[in-house]
This record gives sequence, structure tokens and C-alpha cells, in this order.
Amino acid sequence: MTRALPVLTVLAAIILIWYLAAIGMNAQWAEDQAARAGTELTTGQLIADTLSQDRPVLPAPHQVAAGLWDGVFGQAITSKRSLVYHAMVTLSATMAGFAIGSLAGILLAVGIVHDRTMDQSVMPWAVASQTVPILAIAPMVIVVLASIGVTGLLPKAVISAWLSFFPVLVGMVAGLRQPDAMQLDLMRSWNASRSQSFWRLRLPSSMPYLFASLKVAVAAALVGTIVGELPAGATSGLGARLLSGSYYGQTVQIWSALFMAAALAAGLVVLIGLIERITLKRMGLAR
Amino acid sequence: MSSGADPVITARGVDLTFPTADGPVHALKGVDLTINRGDFVSFIGPSGCGKTTFLRTIAALETPTGGSLTVNGMPADEARKARAYGYVFQAPGLYPWRTISGNISLPLEIMGFSKADRAERIARVLDLVDLAGFGGKFPWQLSGGMQQRASIARALAFDADILLMDEPFGALDEIVRDRLNEALLELWRKTQKTIGFVTHSIPEAVYLSTRIVVMSPRPGRITKVIESTLPAERPLEIRDTPEFIALSHEVREGLREGHSYD
Repeated sequence: MTRALPVLTVLAAIILIWYLAAIGMNAQWAEDQAARAGTELTTGQLIADTLSQDRPVLPAPHQVAAGLWDGVFGQAITSKRSLVYHAMVTLSATMAGFAIGSLAGILLAVGIVHDRTMDQSVMPWAVASQTVPILAIAPMVIVVLASIGVTGLLPKAVISAWLSFFPVLVGMVAGLRQPDAMQLDLMRSWNASRSQSFWRLRLPSSMPYLFASLKVAVAAALVGTIVGELPAGATSGLGARLLSGSYYGQTVQIWSALFMAAALAAGLVVLIGLIERITLKRMGLAR
Repeated sequence: MSSGADPVITARGVDLTFPTADGPVHALKGVDLTINRGDFVSFIGPSGCGKTTFLRTIAALETPTGGSLTVNGMPADEARKARAYGYVFQAPGLYPWRTISGNISLPLEIMGFSKADRAERIARVLDLVDLAGFGGKFPWQLSGGMQQRASIARALAFDADILLMDEPFGALDEIVRDRLNEALLELWRKTQKTIGFVTHSIPEAVYLSTRIVVMSPRPGRITKVIESTLPAERPLEIRDTPEFIALSHEVREGLREGHSYD
């Protein structure tokens, strides 16, 4: 309870700054409109106008909240205007990409930890893959896959996996290398096989690392999916919603979609955190 | 020990050289030693004398670059594969995600013991190290001394004849250490194991051993082997007897001869 006050104070400060910024950034348009109509605006009228424009430069918090509310609860879930519909489209590609990416990251990490050649040959490419701007790669992936007849969820999932495999790879390489020399010597003294050492020592040791990297990966997977939805001329998904919003100057729509995406990411991270807590508790690693 | 000597570990001219950036380091040079069945042999010496390295070569965790080393009549690495020894490190090295029983079960699972056999063995070794009733606890719920006892139980569980211990009580306080030394002697009497024990504590070496091997660094070598004259029955008070003090003195002299602080 004692923490509620500072948290609420910060939240209030953010909302206040947002309102002030909205007034400042939208004032120009309100004044231009008034000048064109040949009227003068009082300060009160000006502020009221800046906070209720149809296409403000920066929508006010209550406008975004209303847009979110309408998008989530005001539409049939099957409607193209429903944020739930678009979020589900994005979520399905995100989950597919996250699954592919995490699996690829774990498998590559296992290979890297057990094989020196793989360590030296795979890691530089993995790093290089992440230095390429995803915005440049995404259209190419979509065009190439479309040319061989693959469209829909999969191309987006590929871009999503592209971003999400890396944190899992790095985290799992560190995690699987977690056992110290003494632990490995013990295994050797029992003449344990490599697979026995892997399943009984390396994999359990890496669990905290796995979950930490999965949290990063799932957020990255969501970003990848949204980026994948931008260049495709897609008509559904949060990325498409962002893009169409920016075409038509529907800033409230853009911000609503952004908040929806943020909520989705937060939800996914919380979910993984929950699975982490349960797993580590069952392993006896949580106290 | 002399009558019916049955050599278990035989080292003849064992050399071990590590290549380093500053040239080769002679960790062991010309080490000759025979350890008989049922011996309790302590290795003592300053750091860098190769006592831990020699224990590790017996365990085939290091490979000698020269000489011959047999364990149970086999080359050391074959003996390792035949699971000839249990090894106890300075740290317990228990898995935090396994209970004490689960940790003791680990080598048994790896070696393919049946479930019923595992349960029976776990109960037996827990009893042996006086941890009966703690099998269901996780390592963090136990004190450092109890954790080390659990790690000894783990090394005993698969019934290897040889127990190799690398400063097992080095990280524990004096009082706990005394109790564990006493318990270890008791355990050695009960199980008739052959024990190789690395320490840098003179009283610990004298109290526990039937033989004390004094080693010296640069290059790592054996400078003196002292046969203990103490009786098999050793209460803690034996450390105040003139015999014990004389032995300690002999070990200290041995250490001094082999090691000039230049």
C-alpha cells in the first residue's frame, strides 16, 4: 500500500505532461481555424478545442482512452474496426514467430555449447542478422515468400522469429554454460554421457536464463510481427491499423493501436513471468 | 597395513606438465606412491605443490604427461569409467533444484541403478553421514557442514572402494570441522574405504591419516612420506598427546625442508 502513492504520483505526472503537450501541439491548428472563421478564441475555448479535435497532432489521453474503449468494447469482435480482431491477428503471428524463434534459439544454443566449430561459425552470423535493420529485411522476406506462394501468417511469423531467436540464443548459451568446472568434473567422475550431463545439469541450470530471455524474445516477436504487417499492404493486424491510421491522419486510431500493442506485450511478458514462477517453484529454485 | 599389503593406487614416476604462455609448468614431477587397500592417505603441502593435481590425476580428471598410474590395477581413465572412486570437492556442489535425496540419487541415475535400489542406497548413505530424515530437504535448507556431509553421502552411494577428497572441510569453521573429522574417521572404519585426502591443515592430516604425504612446489613432488604411529581408535583428545604433537612436528619439519621461501 505504501507504494501506491509514488506510483500514482508518477502516473499523474505523465498524464499531466501529456495534456500540456497536447494543448501545446494542437493549439496552432485551433488558432488557424479560428483565424479563418474570423473569430477570437478565449483561453478556455482554445484549451477545450485542442483537447477535442478529430485529427489532433497529439490526441489527449481521454481521446485515446475513448478510442481504445470503442475499439475493444464498442465493436463486434469480427469487425474490421475492432481492436480485438486486429490484436488477435497480430497475436497469432506473434505466437507462431515466438515459438519458431525460441525453438531455433534453444537448438542453436545447444549446438554452440557442445560444438566448437558451431560456436565459431554460427555466432557471428547470429550477431550479423541482428545488425541488419528489420525494416529493410521485412519487405524482402514478404516479397520473396509471396513469390513462392507463401502469404498470410507465415511471412509475418518469420520476421517475428528473426527478432526473437537472438535473445533466446544469447541467454541459453550463457545458461547452458552456467555449470562451473567442478560440476562438470563431478559429472566426469561418474562417467556421465554428454546427454546425461545436458538433461540433468546443463538444462536445469539454464532455466532462469531461459525465462529471462523468453521475456525479451516475446516482446521482440511482437515488434517483428507489427513490422511485418507494415509493408505487406495487410488489411488486418495492429501494424495494418497503425499504417492506415497514418495514411488518413487518424492519430487517435494510431495511438489506440499503439496502446493495444503495448498492453498485448505486457500481457505476454506477465504470462511468461507467471510460467517462470511456477516452473522455478516446482524446481525448488524459488524461495 | 604392512601385512597383506594390497596396492590399490600405484604411481610410478608420474609427471604432469601444463603448457602456459610463460613456458611449461611442472605441476608434478617424478611422483612415486603406492596406496594400499584401506589406507587413509593425506596429501599436505603449500599451494602449488600439486597435491590437488595428483588427486585429480588419480581420478583421471587430469592426464599425466609421463610415468604410469594404475587404479585397481587399471589405467586411471579406465578406472574412472569403471566408477572406481567417489570424489568430494571443497564445495558441496549440490544441485539447488534437487532435494538431498535427489542429489544423492543423481550419480545412481547416471549409472543406471533401479529405482528400488536407489531408494535403499539413499537411505543407507544418509544414515551413514547422520542425515537420516533430511532427504526431503533442499540444499539451501541445510547448514554448510550438513551440505558437505550430503556431498560425501553422494560420493558413497554407488559403493566405490576409493574415496578421493579435495579439502572437503576447507570452507567450514573449526568446530564443524572437528565434528566432521571425527565422523569421517568413524565412516572410514565402518566402510573400509581407501581414502585420499587433500588438506593444508597439519592437525587434520595427523588426526585422520594412516600415512601423511608431504609435498613441495616447483616442481610439484613428494618430499616425505610419514607413517602414522597413532592407534586406529582416535578420540579428538588424542590431539593433546605427546605422540600427536611429535607427529605434527615431523610434518611441519617436512614442510619446512621442502619449501624454502625464496
